[in-house]
Amino acid sequence: MGIAGVMMSVLFRLQLGWPGESFAILETFMGKWAPNGVLDRNAYLALTTIHGTIMVFFVLTAGLSGTFSNLLIPLQIGARDMASGFLNMLSYWFFAVSSVIMLFSLMVEGGAASGGWTIYPPLSILPQAMPGSGMGMTLWLVSMTLFVVSSLLGSLNYIVTIINLRTKGLSMTRLPLTIWAFFITAILGVLSFPVLVSAIVLLMMDRIMGTAFYLSDIFIGGEALDATGGSPILFQHLFWFLGHPEVYIVLIPALGISSEVIATNSRKPIFGYKAMVGSLMAIGFLSFIVWAHHMFVTGMNPFLGSVFVFTTLLIAIPSAVKAFNYITTLWRGNLIFTPAMLFSIGLVSTFVTGGLTGIILADSALDVTLHDTYFVVGHFHIVMGLSAIFGMFAGVYHWFSKMFGRMMNTKLGYVHFWLTIVCGYGVFFPMHFVGLAGAPRRYYDSSSFDFLSATADLQPIISVFAIIGATSQLIFLFNFFYSIFRGQKAVQNPWKSTTLEWTTPVEHIHGNWPGPLPEVHRWAYDYSNPVHEEDFVLQTTPLKDGEVGH
Amino acid sequence: MKLLILLVIVVGVIAVAQLAKIYQLSAHMRGLREEEISEADTRMNSSLWIVFMFVFFATTIWQFIRYGDYLPPSASAHGESVDTLMNYNLALVIFVFFVVNTLLFVFPYKYRYNKNRKAHFFPHDTRLELIWTVVPSVVLAVIIIFGLKTWAEMTGPASDDAIRVEIYSKQFDWTARYAGDDGHFGATDFNLITPANPLGIITVEGVKVVNDKVSGKIAKLQATLDIEKGYLLAQKSDIEATLHGGDSHGHGDHESHEISPEQKAHLEGRLQKINDVLSSGDAVVLSDAAYEAKEDKIFRLDRHIQRVLELQPFEFSDGLNGWEVGKDDRIVKGEFHLPIGREIEFVFRSRDVIHSAFMPHFRAQMNAVPGLPTRFKITPTITTDSMRTILDNPEFNYILLCNKVCGAAHFNMAMGIVVESQEKYDSWLAEQNVYAAEQN
Repeated sequence: MGIAGVMMSVLFRLQLGWPGESFAILETFMGKWAPNGVLDRNAYLALTTIHGTIMVFFVLTAGLSGTFSNLLIPLQIGARDMASGFLNMLSYWFFAVSSVIMLFSLMVEGGAASGGWTIYPPLSILPQAMPGSGMGMTLWLVSMTLFVVSSLLGSLNYIVTIINLRTKGLSMTRLPLTIWAFFITAILGVLSFPVLVSAIVLLMMDRIMGTAFYLSDIFIGGEALDATGGSPILFQHLFWFLGHPEVYIVLIPALGISSEVIATNSRKPIFGYKAMVGSLMAIGFLSFIVWAHHMFVTGMNPFLGSVFVFTTLLIAIPSAVKAFNYITTLWRGNLIFTPAMLFSIGLVSTFVTGGLTGIILADSALDVTLHDTYFVVGHFHIVMGLSAIFGMFAGVYHWFSKMFGRMMNTKLGYVHFWLTIVCGYGVFFPMHFVGLAGAPRRYYDSSSFDFLSATADLQPIISVFAIIGATSQLIFLFNFFYSIFRGQKAVQNPWKSTTLEWTTPVEHIHGNWPGPLPEVHRWAYDYSNPVHEEDFVLQTTPLKDGEVGH
Repeated sequence: MKLLILLVIVVGVIAVAQLAKIYQLSAHMRGLREEEISEADTRMNSSLWIVFMFVFFATTIWQFIRYGDYLPPSASAHGESVDTLMNYNLALVIFVFFVVNTLLFVFPYKYRYNKNRKAHFFPHDTRLELIWTVVPSVVLAVIIIFGLKTWAEMTGPASDDAIRVEIYSKQFDWTARYAGDDGHFGATDFNLITPANPLGIITVEGVKVVNDKVSGKIAKLQATLDIEKGYLLAQKSDIEATLHGGDSHGHGDHESHEISPEQKAHLEGRLQKINDVLSSGDAVVLSDAAYEAKEDKIFRLDRHIQRVLELQPFEFSDGLNGWEVGKDDRIVKGEFHLPIGREIEFVFRSRDVIHSAFMPHFRAQMNAVPGLPTRFKITPTITTDSMRTILDNPEFNYILLCNKVCGAAHFNMAMGIVVESQEKYDSWLAEQNVYAAEQN
């Protein structure tokens, strides 16, 4: 899914970088979607929509909390397996079916859903309004419903496992931050995804049963529709009630992974463990009361807008705490540059850079000029796109040996990281300037607007970075698949880490530990503890005489 | 083309082979395990952080110099406050950006791995953590206060003498409407939209036009259905069955089969008509689906007429008839004008999907939502001519763009705006189309 999502972005970046330019190869692959090698307008919108959907839900949600939760939760809490293997399997197959349907929707008549990944009605309800709102939209809704089922089953399993199956001695305050992150993410998912389903069900009813939840006073295709009294804005409230927590569902697991990787490779305890957990909780809670900051220009009551400005900017406080705690963890550490560590430091940088522009967007008075411009595109791609994907890469490099018993190649990891961070910033940083100049997003071609000519030369630069960045992911793919078969055999605890997963044997066995389950005596971050000779102490090591435990 | 694809595949295979070679070589040459980072690698990566920092910061500064004056000065009164707020916020954000990223990139250089050193055990420090909780809180409080002040200024109610302009959107163009000499906008209803009345302004004539038009459509559809062959044949056999009731059915004792002579005459007349149509060759053949679609269409058109009938006349408080005031409304397409220095209250409406009226030069944006009129007020402060002088660009024009994806031609949905003196504006407005005139 990730490969598909990235390739789509390259396709539409070709059009945005060089509007109207003909790329013969496009016609070969896309047929009538790219007549004469120029991307079709409807196809452009379909690609941006499905790129967004796949990236947000199928890659960043399923790829981070879906995969890493299932891998790390049992290993790091000292459990034989997840609480319910059955739920786990159901969740997996629902996801598989949902992915197939989403990709299949690209091939139906009229094309895939094209109204943006936020599928605002009435555009998404009325096939008269755009071809993508026909069969493609129906499949989108079906696919997302299955996806939510998958996500809910998975999340319930994570919560239950973390609460019930922790091994002896592993109190909540001794959990690694990864587990805390997965735990809070799962709670966010359970509370917010059902709201998306209800929004989708109402939308479906408007589409096929003639109800009017989101429709009112519409004249389209030469006909006045018999639907009055609904409100399109209602959908936006429901959608963003999921949509905003979703941002943190994507981001929090990445933050958890980077906390673990940074502490291990700085050979230092993560700074302010309790503050890190507290700020995750604060971010999780606040994420439920900020949704309408996506809706400042919908005509919503301005006073309501003020309230959401306030709550939104509050999120900056726990975020600042996290950023500074990461930096303090690096301070006077002994930093080992594994590829995972590089990606984690990169994550902190993108989290800060992207978070800061969020402060500007959260200010409703400023959002009026920036809403739906490239500034927003730059902001969220850096803060949630790059950060989450960096967290994912860090996790893969770090725990690869737990997945396949082999190591990934470090040198290729370096090349991959440096190309990715340069291209990542190269693509999304200039977008802020394009947006400040007033360029709307989701424009097929903005070259006809004279007032945008000042920043027009940035568009091809962005596209070049996007193409190089996408290509450099091939290095990662190669490294990943080649290492599965030919990578160096791993040792039990390659990173000299403290957590429980590194006490399991290298070869996979059923039930994780051959003997009895390990017993935990200390927290997950005893690195360079002056009481001990070694610069790391496994969680299973009993306290020394006179040592104060955590 | 095929050659090119072949070439790509060949290059791909070579690349993979090369990568595999590098992979193996790098593993052998180092003679180290993957997790053991050599001193050379540590040095290289720590230096790369510094290089990256300088390049990143330099390009950031370059972008600010090259693209920093992103938009011309604000052409509206509230926009000046917005720009000031933006500048302060940007300055703050950029400052934090540089400080935090500097720390983040210098630390990896400074504290790179050294096997002779042990990291400093520093699990927490309440004082430090308090500092970076309280300081951001205070700074954010300031941002919130100034932000909300500007927000309140922008979104407060418009004054009584503001000029109201309606901006009407549909796929894929904009229409502006100004109230006529009576100072009132005519009421509108989406059921009254016709090509000649694109905004659906309610007038007695408009109601009649739509009524006639929709009734005409219904009659035409009904006429087609009336001569549909399959339908006629079915009806024919029904009538025949009724007329010869009991003959073919075993339960002739049913009372319903007793038909009166009048009924019989009526049915025979009907049967005659059906036979006439069938023998004349006028009958049309429709598929079941097409027949049902037409029936469905008639049902919807009936509902349309019903909704039009439900429209109620009303009077304004000053006694003007609500169905009369729309007649002198002025309707403008392509480009609309605004007088300088007057408060303008826009009312946004949409016919089909959500659009967004984005006027970047006025720092203004508001969604146009079907069924939900929205408002936004601005006071233009710079005329188009002055702006052309300021920018030294005789081609410059203010613009209204659609900024909510609305379909294939979304990116082309724009309208020009001209700001000029009150006198010029008055004379321009006097020349614009009057709605009633369009009806004739």
